[in-house]
Order: sequence, then structure tokens, then C-alpha cells
Amino acid sequence: MSRLSSLNVVPRPRGSLRRTRRAEARAARALVAPAVVLLIVFFLVPVLLGFMLSLTNARLVSPQGPQFVGLDNFTRLFADPLFWKSLRNTLYFGAVVVPLQSGFALVLALLINARIRGINAYRAVYFLPVVTSIVVVSILWTFMYQRDGLVNHMLQAVSFNLVQGTDWLNNPSTAMPAIIFMSIWQAVGFHMVIWLAGLQTIPGDLYEAAELDGASTWQRFRYVTWPGLRATRSFILVTITIAALSLFAQIKIMTNGGPLDSTSTIVFQSVRAGYGQQQTAYASAISLVFFVLVLAVSLVQRFLTRDKD
Amino acid sequence: MATITATRDGVRQAASQPTRGRNDRGFGTAVGYIGRTVLALFFALPILFMFVSSLKPDDQIFADLGSLRAFLPVGHISLDNYKQVFDTVPAWRFLANSIGVSALTVIAGVLVNSLAAFALTRMRWRGRGVVLAAIVATLIVPFETFALPLLWWVNKLPWLVVQHGQPLWTFGWLDSYRVQIIPFIANAFSIYLYYSYLSTIPKELDEAARIDGASWFRIYRSVVMPLAGPATATVAILTFLNAWNQFLWPLMSVQSESLRPVMVGVQYFFQLDVAWGPMMAYATLITIPVLALFLSFQRAFIGSIASSGVKG
Repeated sequence: MSRLSSLNVVPRPRGSLRRTRRAEARAARALVAPAVVLLIVFFLVPVLLGFMLSLTNARLVSPQGPQFVGLDNFTRLFADPLFWKSLRNTLYFGAVVVPLQSGFALVLALLINARIRGINAYRAVYFLPVVTSIVVVSILWTFMYQRDGLVNHMLQAVSFNLVQGTDWLNNPSTAMPAIIFMSIWQAVGFHMVIWLAGLQTIPGDLYEAAELDGASTWQRFRYVTWPGLRATRSFILVTITIAALSLFAQIKIMTNGGPLDSTSTIVFQSVRAGYGQQQTAYASAISLVFFVLVLAVSLVQRFLTRDKD
Repeated sequence: MATITATRDGVRQAASQPTRGRNDRGFGTAVGYIGRTVLALFFALPILFMFVSSLKPDDQIFADLGSLRAFLPVGHISLDNYKQVFDTVPAWRFLANSIGVSALTVIAGVLVNSLAAFALTRMRWRGRGVVLAAIVATLIVPFETFALPLLWWVNKLPWLVVQHGQPLWTFGWLDSYRVQIIPFIANAFSIYLYYSYLSTIPKELDEAARIDGASWFRIYRSVVMPLAGPATATVAILTFLNAWNQFLWPLMSVQSESLRPVMVGVQYFFQLDVAWGPMMAYATLITIPVLALFLSFQRAFIGSIASSGVKG
């Protein structure tokens, strides 16, 4: 008797099961809907619009709708010396910042990954510029980079008046290096923390084993730490590169692209065209080039750091 | 992006201090301390200089540059620069705008993104794989690639207002609070962080609650979210930093002074003849809220950054 009743209760009729499944799917779609709708409206549509608008003559505010003009924007863009200059500046910034910032961040992470007194305070201080907005940092360093600013005074002091600084941001040959230096100062703590998290996933026994085998500090780094950081490494490279290629706020605040366009970048140029001059179509064409650049860089890095097993 | 995963371990490990202090004591000598301290000065002195200069009149700032007095609050110390900031710009308004916009973005973002991740990790439905793959694919696209098309697009979007008791459709989102908030609520990275974290919470908990007759929303609210605290902290901190530091977007999309956030307010001081004292005071003013949060929740801050890059 008891067996019979349990048989009746446990396996539910098929129809009811299907109904529960369908209810579950309906509930799931309802829960995911707000995010999906927002991502479609504010991500997918603008990305697709970027492709479409770049083939038109759309302006930010215009009584007429956009008209199809074919590849005119791209012909104009590729004939524009400012575009090539901006592209070169962007790549220059990336080529210097990516290796320097990731390397410096790794050194900091190794220094911070030690069990000594007060290490938390050091870590917090190295991280301070990261929580300070890039806008604030840009203002502060604009002040410090002046001809009679703090940087030049400190250079004089530590070199016993041998080094006379320059007007860093108003000199076409020093403006970009000055911005590079400041950008690394601001963001390096971010990547230090990510390296640190990677370092702490490496099992301690590996170091003990290496030590038993008589490995030197360098060998331990080369054969234990470095291979253990493979996943972290590719993440750091991709994020630093994309952030570097997106360079904008520093330029807008510190130099406005000058002097002599020596600090104009792709994103800066697209904002100047799309917002300053209201030429949405032309700005979309520049953004598209930027998009292709980012995509190419991440695909190349994905390929270089791919799983080899 | 198989390399980004937030796990409970990732957050905990990065936030707590070295669990494995191997044979690093070689660095822990006096030389190690001196090296670390020099680096600490390198990062801290410019910020200290900003704070200290905000308290000095311009001529004294320049007079002090040549000596260590540049980093010390000595001489004619006063809050005059701050007074001038409030006389020049509606700084309270900017601060209130930024706080409001950031808070709403964080609250709505936590809700919308965690709900999506909940449905993606714990419920069975057709199309789940496609939605997840689409969200992950958007992770590498920086905002700057579609900011200009987005600007054109939001200028066309409709909005329902009530005028004289009548509903009325208006078009164009430029120059509003909503244009600063709504586009940034759904965030692929936040969904991904929640997704990785929620995957580590055992599904048996939901099943038990299901058998007790709990609805899906009830499971989300009473079973899963209370266990997802670290992921919520991470998402909240990253969303807040992002919202507070917005510069490019409000610069383009908001023209009215009364709607502008703190970062855009900087422009008011960058006129031809810059008064550096008030400039430093304003910079200090808009840094302090974030700095206060950072110093109070230091571990959560650093843990949240770390968890964004750890392979679990």
C-alpha cells in the first residue's frame, strides 16, 4: 500500500513537468530581459549604427536625415594628415606604455608580495593614484609640468642644478613622453594588484621544491613565477593595450591635442569631429578604424598567448 | 575571455595579505624598506602636494616649490581657496549630481546585472548559451568605439513625460540625468563577474528552496544574493568608480550647468589665467569622497580589482 502511494506521488505526470519547465524558461527570460534590452539599446545598436553612419553624411543635430555617401568619409579620412598623425601618436603611446607599465606593475607586485611589516600600507599607497580620477591627475600634473613647476624644481634639486627642465607640455618633443610618464604613474597600481592576485595563485610548494633543487632567485622567477602567470599575463596585456589605445582624457585636459598636433590621438580626433564639429558620420568612420585596431590587437594577443597544449 | 574569473578564492586571496610569504625575506631588509619607501614617495608626494597646495595662496605655492615646504602645510594656511571654489562654480550641485548619478547607477546596475547572471547560471532555458556568448563577446569593446554613434542615437530616443496631466512623448535624451545613468546600468563585465561568482554557489540550495515552494525571485532574493556579497561588493565598487570618473560622456551629452557632474566642472577652472590654488582645492574636493571610500574599504577595493583578473 505504501509502495503504491509513493509511486503515485514521486514521478509527476509528464504534462506538469513540461509546464514547470516552460514556466522556468519564461521566468528566466523575464529576469534576463532588462539587461539584454539595455545592452541591445545602448551597446548593440550604437555599434551597428557606427558602421552604418560611417557611410552617410549624418550630423549630430540636423533637420534632414542622414544620406548615403558610400566610402566618402573613409577617402577623406585616409587623405587627412591629422588622422595619420593621430594614429601614429596612439600607436606610439601604446608601444611605450604597454611594456613599461606591465613590467613596472610586475616589479611592484613582486615587492608587495612579501611577508614584512607594514606591507599593507605600501600596497595602499602604490594604489592611491588609481582611485584618484584621471581627470584630477591630469590637472595636477599639468600644474607640476609647468616651466616653473614642481617637476622642474625637483629635477634641479636632485641634479644639483645640472638639469634645467623644459616647458614639458608645450614642447612637441616632450609633450607625449610627459603624458606617458604620468599615465603610467596613475594606472600602474591597478595592474600591480592584478599581477599580485596572479602571484598568489601559484602554489607555495613549487617554490619550496625549486629551493630544494638549489634554484637561484632568478631561476625561481624564470621557471616557477613566470610560467605560473601565463593567464594573468594575457589578461594584463589585453587590458593595458585597449586602455592605452583609448587615450583621451589626459589629452583633452593637458594639451588639447597640441602642441602642433603632437598629442592628438584617434579617440581625441573622433571626439573633436563628432562632438566639436558635430560631424557624426566622420567621427563614426574614425571610431570604426579604432574598433578594427582594438579587434586586431586583441586577436593578435590572443594568438600569441594561446594555450599551447 | 576565459582568463577573467572571479572566485571567492580570488577575492579573498588578493584582499588578505600574503598567504605564502616564501623566501622573500631577502627583500625584507633595510634596502627593501628603503626601496619600497622611495616608491611610496613617488606615488604619494604628488597627491600630498595637491592637498597641501589647496590650502595655500598662489604666490606661496610657487615660493615653496623649491623646497620641501611644497609638501608641508606651513605658512599662510587657510580655506580661502575652497571658499573661492564655491564662489566660482556650483560645486555642491556638481557633487550632488555625481553622488546621485553614481548611486543610482550602482543600485540599478547591481540589480539588473545580478538578475541576468542568476538566470544565466541557475535556470534552464533555450537561448541561454547564445545570450552568454554574446555578453562575453562584448567584453573587449571599449566604450570609446561607439561613444559618438551613441551620442547621435540618444539624441533620437523617446521619453515619456507628463505635462499638465497629459502623457507626452518627447525626443532626445541629451542634457538630462537619464542620459548619464541608463546607458551604464547593464554592463557585460558586471554580468560576467556575477556569473563566475554565482557558479560557485551550490545548486542544491535552490533545489531545496524549490521543493519548499519558493518562487525564482524568492530564491534570488533570499538564497543566492545573501551568499553573493563579495561579488556585489566588487560590482558596486567598479560601477561606482566608473560612474564617478565619467568624463568623456557627460562632457558631450550634458550642457546645462545644473546637470553636470564633478569631473566636467574642472573645465570652469581651466580658463586662460588659471588660479592654481582654487584649482587644487577643487581637485581635492572631488577626490575626497572616493579617497574616503577607498581608505574605509581598502581590502574590498583592492580585492575587487584583483578578482577582475584572476583565473579561478
